[in-house]
Amino acid sequence: MAISKEQVYHVAQLSRLKLTEEEAEQYTKVLNDVLKFAEKLNELDTENVEPTSHVLSITNVLREDVVQPSIPREKALSNAPDQEDGLFRVPAVFE
Amino acid sequence: MSLLRLPLKEIHNRLAKRELSATDLVEESLARIAAVDGKVRAFLTVDEEGAREHAKRLDQVDNPVASFGPLAALPAGIKDNICTEGIKTTCASKLLANYQPIYSATVVEKLAKAGAITIGKTNMDEFAMGSSSENSGFYPVHNPWDLTRVPGGSSGGSAAAVAAEEVYFALGSDTGGSIRQPASFCGIVGLKPTYGLVSRYGLVAFASSLDQIGPLTKSVEDAAYVLQAIAGHDPQDSTSANVEIPDYLSQLTGDIRGLRIAVPREMMGEGIEPGVCEQVQKAINQLEKLGAIIEEVSLPHIEYAVAAYYLLSPAEASSNLARFDGVRYGVRKEGENLIDLYMETRSQGFGDEVKSRIMLGTYALSSGYYDAYYLKAQKVRTLIRQDFERLFAKYDVIVGPTTPCVAYKIGENADSPLTMYLKDILTIPVNLAGLPAISVPCGLSEGMPVGLQVIGKAFDESTVLRVAHAFEQVTERLPQPQIGGIRV
Repeated sequence: MAISKEQVYHVAQLSRLKLTEEEAEQYTKVLNDVLKFAEKLNELDTENVEPTSHVLSITNVLREDVVQPSIPREKALSNAPDQEDGLFRVPAVFE
Repeated sequence: MSLLRLPLKEIHNRLAKRELSATDLVEESLARIAAVDGKVRAFLTVDEEGAREHAKRLDQVDNPVASFGPLAALPAGIKDNICTEGIKTTCASKLLANYQPIYSATVVEKLAKAGAITIGKTNMDEFAMGSSSENSGFYPVHNPWDLTRVPGGSSGGSAAAVAAEEVYFALGSDTGGSIRQPASFCGIVGLKPTYGLVSRYGLVAFASSLDQIGPLTKSVEDAAYVLQAIAGHDPQDSTSANVEIPDYLSQLTGDIRGLRIAVPREMMGEGIEPGVCEQVQKAINQLEKLGAIIEEVSLPHIEYAVAAYYLLSPAEASSNLARFDGVRYGVRKEGENLIDLYMETRSQGFGDEVKSRIMLGTYALSSGYYDAYYLKAQKVRTLIRQDFERLFAKYDVIVGPTTPCVAYKIGENADSPLTMYLKDILTIPVNLAGLPAISVPCGLSEGMPVGLQVIGKAFDESTVLRVAHAFEQVTERLPQPQIGGIRV
């Protein structure tokens, strides 16, 4: 299974990355190298093997539903590239 | 002799007698950084003012060690993917060049409480993606043993800073070997704790099911002290394990008689440099002389670990790094509309390696390829875990080399990321299984340090430290690195 340059453009779009023609070619090569190498996994029969997503057996870690202090708005906005009226400002989404 | 080379006990004695102050230690560290870091480039940010103020506060108490504990007054380097309130935390990425965290990571809070002094933030591969610290978005780190070679990565700045005695110890993070491999390349000790032992709250996530914070130090005993200070359950990290923390120091007995040690033949054969094998074999012989029982074993699925890792970790990274969009923090690049703003910010902010891993992960998770790549890799991860479980039913620890080679030349692997990925073969399986492992220096090959890796059962850091410490006591200490002839 090889990845084509068109697919690389598509994946870049999904990843919110812009590629130049030259970059697309470079990444097609790099991704194909890794994906080709990954085919090695097909040597193994994993038909009856459970997947591991996590090594710890803990699930659904919840705390008591009590109010706790949260970050003050001013602090939360302190790294904002742009802000207005206590909100993060971005270009208009709707016309 | 540099104050930062003194054994910890000697520092404690001098602090108690007021022959030494926290200010002396901080000034020594800052002077050292001024002298050597132009060449080593281990630091991205040095917080001179904050460190001096902290030292002054410590010097107001009679005996900081009695008041704060064994790490009091020690200058520390913190990897730049660990959040420090009010001190820039960039992950060595241009995208976060201006980011000032509004809170500190739990480990940073714990170190501060223990009296350790943050000197600055250490250089690394961007977002911890890399094995050489060449992928820093700002400048590469150089190995203090040979400035033309890499220090390893991704915690290369932390390892180089400790090896060059710019700080007393450092923190790093390890996703596929990023503490142990640079420790090995720089001739120091690096410990990756069991997944879940140390809180990840405030660690900028790369691959959340694999990342773990740990110490880089000059000795195993120092690593035990730092681990003692940072280990423990944290309600702020839902993957933090609620386990009892033992007294690690009391485990450093030097006695490993009767301990069962497994040596996987896959770690000592093909693909491992002869010079590395030779030093590690010598170390194994010494462990045997100390009374351990050595047996050759097999980890049959280890050869699949790199392939599984380079699907799983990019997949997790592609999701984790989606947050860097230029809206709430980071360096925004304007666009015609919101989507365009995201794309400009990310395309100009991320480096090549980060982009290629995000795309690889996005692809492996995308519909139609998920089963073939991501799910397959998760299943292979199970097989690798089972390999370890089988061995640990019979053995106390597994030992072998940390890396298949010594530190390579800067630029040597620039053309093929895959060639560099393959060199992570001995460290990656440990992360996939979530186990603790340490790298401890075991000699030189081609004049460069070699690391012995000791892998333990989950949450059995005590035995890992005990074996590494026992070995360290009987082996010859490495000479000091020359830092390109500017050693002072």
